[in-house]
Amino acid sequence: MSDYISHDHEQDGIDRRGFLQCMAWAGTGLLWTVSGGILASKTLAQIAKAGEALPASTLSFLQISDSHIGFSKDANKDVTATFKIALDRINAMPTPPSFLIHTGDITQLSKPEEFDTFDEVLKSCRTNDVFYVPGEHDVLNDGGKLYRDRYLKRVEAKGSGWYSFNKNGVHFIGLVNVLNLQAGGLGQLGDEQLEWLETDVKGLSADTPIVVFAHIPLWTVYPEWGWGTSDSERALGYLKRFGSVTVLNGHIHQVLQKVEGNITFHTAMSTAFPQPAPGSAPSPGPMKVPTEKLRSMLGLTSVKYLQGKSSLAVVDSNLS
Amino acid sequence: MCAVSFLNLSIFALAGELKSADAKPGSKNQIEIKDFHFNPQTLTVKSGEKITWINRDEEPHTVVSVEKQFKKSTALDTDQEFTITAGVPGTYTYFCSVHPKMTGTIVVEK
Repeated sequence: MSDYISHDHEQDGIDRRGFLQCMAWAGTGLLWTVSGGILASKTLAQIAKAGEALPASTLSFLQISDSHIGFSKDANKDVTATFKIALDRINAMPTPPSFLIHTGDITQLSKPEEFDTFDEVLKSCRTNDVFYVPGEHDVLNDGGKLYRDRYLKRVEAKGSGWYSFNKNGVHFIGLVNVLNLQAGGLGQLGDEQLEWLETDVKGLSADTPIVVFAHIPLWTVYPEWGWGTSDSERALGYLKRFGSVTVLNGHIHQVLQKVEGNITFHTAMSTAFPQPAPGSAPSPGPMKVPTEKLRSMLGLTSVKYLQGKSSLAVVDSNLS
Repeated sequence: MCAVSFLNLSIFALAGELKSADAKPGSKNQIEIKDFHFNPQTLTVKSGEKITWINRDEEPHTVVSVEKQFKKSTALDTDQEFTITAGVPGTYTYFCSVHPKMTGTIVVEK
C-alpha cells in the first residue's frame, strides 16, 4: 500500500447535505474514502518517475509541522535528525515548492536555543521561504513574544501574530489559536482575530481559493483531548461563501481529513513523533512505536494549486 | 475575594535532583500530573501547608489559577515540580494553560 495520500476533489460532486466525514488515519494504513469528488493516490516517487513537470501556472507549497526541537524522550530521541530528513525530502523534490508553511510547535519548550537549532537546520533547505503560525509549545512562558520576534518579520502580522497574504491568486490566512486559552476549553481565536478575519476576506471574490493555516485543528477532532478550536465555527462562517477553502492544521501528529461543503480540513504528520488516534490511548501524549516504524509515521504535506481549477490537491508523504 | 490568597513559594527542582515518585508514594500534598490529568483532581490541605505538583508526562504542563489567585508556574518539563504554600482558606480552581482541558481544585481548610 502506498504511504501517500493524494486528495483532489476538484470535481465538486459533493451533494450530500451536512457533513461529509472523510478521515484518514496515518497509523492504520491508508485509508480514506471520500464520498464526493475524486480521490487518487500517487506517491512522490511516482511523480518523479513519470517526470511530471508542473505547469508554470501551478503553485506548489509544502506544509511541515510539529518539529518539537528539544524533545528527546523515547518516542524520538533525535527530533533534529528527523526534521533534517524532512528537509532532505524537500530538497529532493523534482520541482521545489514555492514556499513552506510551518503549522507550529517548532520547539518543545519555547527555549531560545531550540529556536536557534531549528533555524540553523532550516538553512539546509533549498526552500527557506517559510510562513509560520505558533503552536502552544512555542509560546509557553512569554505569550509568544520570542516566537513573534523571530518568525513574523516578513509578514504584516496583527494582534498576537495573525496575518494574510496572496500568492498566485490564492489567499492565505495564518491564524493563532494557542494563546489566552480558557480553563476547560479548547484552542481559541478570540474576538479581535475573528473581527480581523471577517474584514480580511470581505472584499474577496467568492471564487478566490482560500488556504487557512493554524496549529490546532479548526474543527472538533476530539474535544476530550482538546483537539479543536472553540470559536472556529465563527471563522468558518466568514469563509462559507468561498468555492474552495483548504484548512491546514498540525497539533495532532497524524493525517486526518474531513470535507464539509466546500471546506476541506487536513491535519499533517509531525516531523518529530506520532500521537495516538483520538481516544485510542489514555492521553494524547507522544506515541512510542518501534524504531523501524517511526519514520513511516512522520512526514510532510505537499499542496498544489493549478490556476483555473477550483480546489487544491493535498498529498501527504512520510519519511520512511 | 482576597487579593493574595496564597503565599507564594515557587520552588523548581530539576529532574536529577528529585526523588522519584515511586520512592515516596502518596507523599503528602503532592499532585501528580500524568496522562494529561491532575491526580488527585481535588486536594484538601490545611492553611500553611505546602502543595507540590510534579509532572510525570513527556509533555510540558503548567499550573495556573483560574482566578489568578496564586502565582502561575512556568512550563514544567518531565519530572519538574512546582510548589506553593496554601494561604487563606477557600476553594481554588486551576488549569494547565497549555492543555486547558486539564483542571483541578485545591480546598484550603483552616
